[in-house]
Amino acid sequence: MKREPDFQYPQPPASGPAGDSVVIDCHIAELYYNTFKAVRDTAIPVHSNKITALIGPSGCGKSTVLRCFNRMNDLVRGFRFRGHVRFRGMDIYGATIDPVAVRRYIGMVFQQPNPFATSIYNNVAFGLRLNKYRGDLRARVEEALKRAALWDEVKDKLRDSGLSLSGGQQQRLCIARAVATEPEVLLMDEPCSALDPIATRHIEDLMKELKRRYTIAIVTHNLQQARRIADKTAFLYVDTSAGGRTGYLVEYGDSHQIFNNPREKYTQDYIRGEFS
Amino acid sequence: MSAHDAAQNSLRTGLDPFRGINFPELEKSIMRPRTLTSLLLSALVTGMCLLALVPLFSVVWMLLWRGGRKLSLEIFTQLPPAPLETGGGFGNAIVGTLIILALATLISAPVGILSGVFLSQTEKENRFAQAVRFGAKVLTGFPSILAGVFAYGAVVLLTGGFSAVAGAIALAVLMLPTILLTAEEAIRMVPSKMREAAIGMGATPTQTMAMVLLPTALPGILTGLMLAIARGAGETAPLLFTALFSNYWPFQGGNFDLMQPTASMAVLIFNFAGMPFQNQIEMAWAAALVLVLIVLAANIIGQALSRRQIQ
Repeated sequence: MKREPDFQYPQPPASGPAGDSVVIDCHIAELYYNTFKAVRDTAIPVHSNKITALIGPSGCGKSTVLRCFNRMNDLVRGFRFRGHVRFRGMDIYGATIDPVAVRRYIGMVFQQPNPFATSIYNNVAFGLRLNKYRGDLRARVEEALKRAALWDEVKDKLRDSGLSLSGGQQQRLCIARAVATEPEVLLMDEPCSALDPIATRHIEDLMKELKRRYTIAIVTHNLQQARRIADKTAFLYVDTSAGGRTGYLVEYGDSHQIFNNPREKYTQDYIRGEFS
Repeated sequence: MSAHDAAQNSLRTGLDPFRGINFPELEKSIMRPRTLTSLLLSALVTGMCLLALVPLFSVVWMLLWRGGRKLSLEIFTQLPPAPLETGGGFGNAIVGTLIILALATLISAPVGILSGVFLSQTEKENRFAQAVRFGAKVLTGFPSILAGVFAYGAVVLLTGGFSAVAGAIALAVLMLPTILLTAEEAIRMVPSKMREAAIGMGATPTQTMAMVLLPTALPGILTGLMLAIARGAGETAPLLFTALFSNYWPFQGGNFDLMQPTASMAVLIFNFAGMPFQNQIEMAWAAALVLVLIVLAANIIGQALSRRQIQ
């Protein structure tokens, strides 16, 4: 990944009184995949112990923005961007930063449940083994599974394959795997879009529980979901005026304000479902 | 509404809901072209499948019939008989084949699997990777006798004699492309979401490969390895002027001697089948049967191993 000289970005919009509670502070001036400009002018602060939702239509770059938060975009060839992403004040795209270390602090849960083809126990222990954890592995695995509200369902079959679980259970297993290493931030990329409504509700309750310990940023298609769980919401939209499809931030604020009293016309239309 | 209800209904209203439907048309009839074509084609594909099985079953039948009679404990423990001698066995050829195969696997498996790891991690259009892949594909169809010529020139002439090592190198050349190509394919088949999950957890590329990609791809890699071993077990031509043959055990005083001519099943079959002696010809049949059983056992073990890994 090539990174261009830091971009002087205007100060972020006022984001409430707790300005120092910002865990991730992202300013994307321009983001490209090769010559395709995917995102522009997007600044989203992620606050500690809050759920921040990124909403918007397909192709507005919300997943792309989320994947900047733990440098998952490094895997995409031709990715480059101007701007910065600061994690507790430190620029994670800095030249001396090891992306592998960043991802150990900022965990991720993906759209498709993606447990490894190994036992439930080994799935959860994976991150601990990566970090050469020397303590009581079993206790940590149990703790993580309890936090992901999965323990009671799997405690008698920890040796079974993670792939033998149902979709909703698999997703909770992935959450257990992510929280086992005690990350500071959990990024969730449409974690419920492959799940049925009951499993979705399960995961949502879980997220509200998890935000006591972790900071959560979630991408979702589902406006009701954002309304139900998010403390802060960022609305992104697609700009087709320059011929391409470039996503940008339209409005960011408290969820209550975004959903009940949006300032921008685009947000109002989107919330009311008046978009084609 | 069921057909019965519809009929009841039509009786009441006097309206026939089935007007215009030609019921005999709906029934199966052997005389209709559609049914006939379907029947003929089913018969054709079934027949072709049976035809494809004929060589396999006739060979297995022949082996059991001609080789099974000779099967006894002594053929596993004794040395090959001299002409006109009765009895004897081919214990040294079994041991020799196993030694040569083990050596060949020891050489080709690490090179093949690690090359597969490299190929799977490079871009598809990487020039060097494409060259390696092309080379491996050419090598897959490599005439096996040329592998023997190569090992003769590279090992036999250099070390000054026929040996198990020379034979193993010849077989390794033949086994390598299968192992390499299947390993690459097996690693590429691991869903990318699993790779993403590992990287998202903060795994380094090495950890991702060792803890996620290789274990998940293991069944496929083992399958390729077993295919390669099965092929190596049956090769005769590359061993003829590398390992040659020997009428003696490949160990002396409790130590394996890998640098002397070594017997193998394939060469034993080749030698004995052409002899004008009844005992030797029967021995060749028995050796062929044992060789097939060894390959079968290797396949079953490979499959069992990979199945255990999946769960």
